[in-house]
Amino acid sequence: MSISVKNLNYIYNPGMPGETVALSDVTFDVADGTVLGIIGHTGSGKSTLLQHLNGLIKPTSGEVLIDGECITDGKVKMTDIRRKVGLVFQYPEYQLFEETVSKDVAFGPKNLGLDEKEQEARVRKAIGLVGLDYDEIKDLSPFELSGGMKRRVAIAGVIAMDPKILILDEPTAGLDPSAHRDILAMVRRIHEEMGIILIFVSHNMADIAEMSDKVMVMSGGRNVLEGTPAEVFSKGDVLSEMGLGVPPAKEIVDIIKKKEPRFVSGALSVDEAARDIKSYMGGQEV
Amino acid sequence: MIRDITLGQYYPGDSWVHRLDARTKIIATLLYLIELFVVNNFYGFLITAAALFTVIAISRVPLKFIFRGLTAVFLIIVFTFLLNLFMVDGRVLWHWKFLTITYEGLSRAFFMAIRLVLIIIGSSIMTLTTKPVELTDGLEKLLYPFSKIGLPSHEIALMMTIALRFIPTLMEETDKIIKAQQARGADFESGNLFQRAKSLIPILVPLFVSSFRIAQDLALAMEARCYHGGAGRTRMNEIRFERADALAAVLMVLFLAVIIASRFISI
Repeated sequence: MSISVKNLNYIYNPGMPGETVALSDVTFDVADGTVLGIIGHTGSGKSTLLQHLNGLIKPTSGEVLIDGECITDGKVKMTDIRRKVGLVFQYPEYQLFEETVSKDVAFGPKNLGLDEKEQEARVRKAIGLVGLDYDEIKDLSPFELSGGMKRRVAIAGVIAMDPKILILDEPTAGLDPSAHRDILAMVRRIHEEMGIILIFVSHNMADIAEMSDKVMVMSGGRNVLEGTPAEVFSKGDVLSEMGLGVPPAKEIVDIIKKKEPRFVSGALSVDEAARDIKSYMGGQEV
Repeated sequence: MIRDITLGQYYPGDSWVHRLDARTKIIATLLYLIELFVVNNFYGFLITAAALFTVIAISRVPLKFIFRGLTAVFLIIVFTFLLNLFMVDGRVLWHWKFLTITYEGLSRAFFMAIRLVLIIIGSSIMTLTTKPVELTDGLEKLLYPFSKIGLPSHEIALMMTIALRFIPTLMEETDKIIKAQQARGADFESGNLFQRAKSLIPILVPLFVSSFRIAQDLALAMEARCYHGGAGRTRMNEIRFERADALAAVLMVLFLAVIIASRFISI
């Protein structure tokens, strides 16, 4: 599985007073098994880009290739694309609608035309993957669950379609720290167990640094920076110009570097930073 | 498709029509709608249409926007036209099996179609050139005298403001939910009528839940700011009549006279 986006352009309301260029000349590739983290300001075109990847929006020009197949020329069947590319929107818990959790999660598999046995197997597996107990939760109403659990159920609804590419738009938005950690751990587990391409958007630089193999920075509808987390976050001044930042650990390391010229560290996470500082201090506990 | 309805959509601008007091525009629109029913011959329609297009030209709202509102009700217009065309008795012009077109039917059908088109364009020019908030402010002031006899004019205006304010929000919400369900493979376009109606459930349930959430948040936010209804309330932008409004009023009266006179033109 691979994604290839070529010269993608998208204009909202062309020829009207509200005309806005949402994407301009976006080109990038994602290889199989990659975790791609996308960062960018509100209105930088992230969400618009994500919606192009499963055909919800048709580009003004340019193309999107999923596994070498162009999904933007109108020849491909949309259900085939949605089967391959699972998109979880921001606050996905707001799309729950069924009477029971299992019926809601089964909505996707049912739309794919699977038989009931296969549907149930998919639902059971998906609910397990998001870290919930199938037998305990299947007959509950999704509306009586807690916020974090609702979100898991909603994500399970997309995973149950067994996508080869999973896209998450700010999966941790509006959650408390412990639910935040749980969702991240869950996302990582899903990626490992399903062996899929994972694309996720976040405003939390530490999450991006920790999770991604590759980071892409969006600004003003363009993908302005691309590379490994270390490469991208080494350009702190460029990022802060765009109103973005670097992970907190990296910020501390940079301050120490300024005061202690002999200190060398490429740390992005708290653990790495602690390790480097400890070895610089000659092995003393910090 | 939801986006095609211009009714209640403001087209930003700074023309003479935009700057008129909302009350002037409401009264003018009401008067215009009444005048459309006063008119009884094609000369009258010629005059009313000419007046409408003059106002549109002054407002500098592109014609494209104005006609977009018409496409949504196009079917109703066609239906009315056909109904009148075949249902009116009189001098027979054309006859085929059970279908009969009469001279009276033809002229009535054109009459009704033109009248409907002018009604829709006439009312959308008001909503296109007036911000929804100004519109409801104007309505509140116009209804104020009736509050003496127990009409809750402020509450009515507030309800309308809230309804108008949340149309775009709910449209956005609907769009988001539709896309989220499409991403889960939902199909809204195929199947028979029953299947299509059923396919709306995954949209309607989350939409209802969202509206309740929005309403609750709004009520809380209003209470947190000590909202207590209309009595003694001041506003940031007081609306007042200007000289342009006086001019508009004079034009309205003259126009009414012209329309009444047009009834007596005989062909």
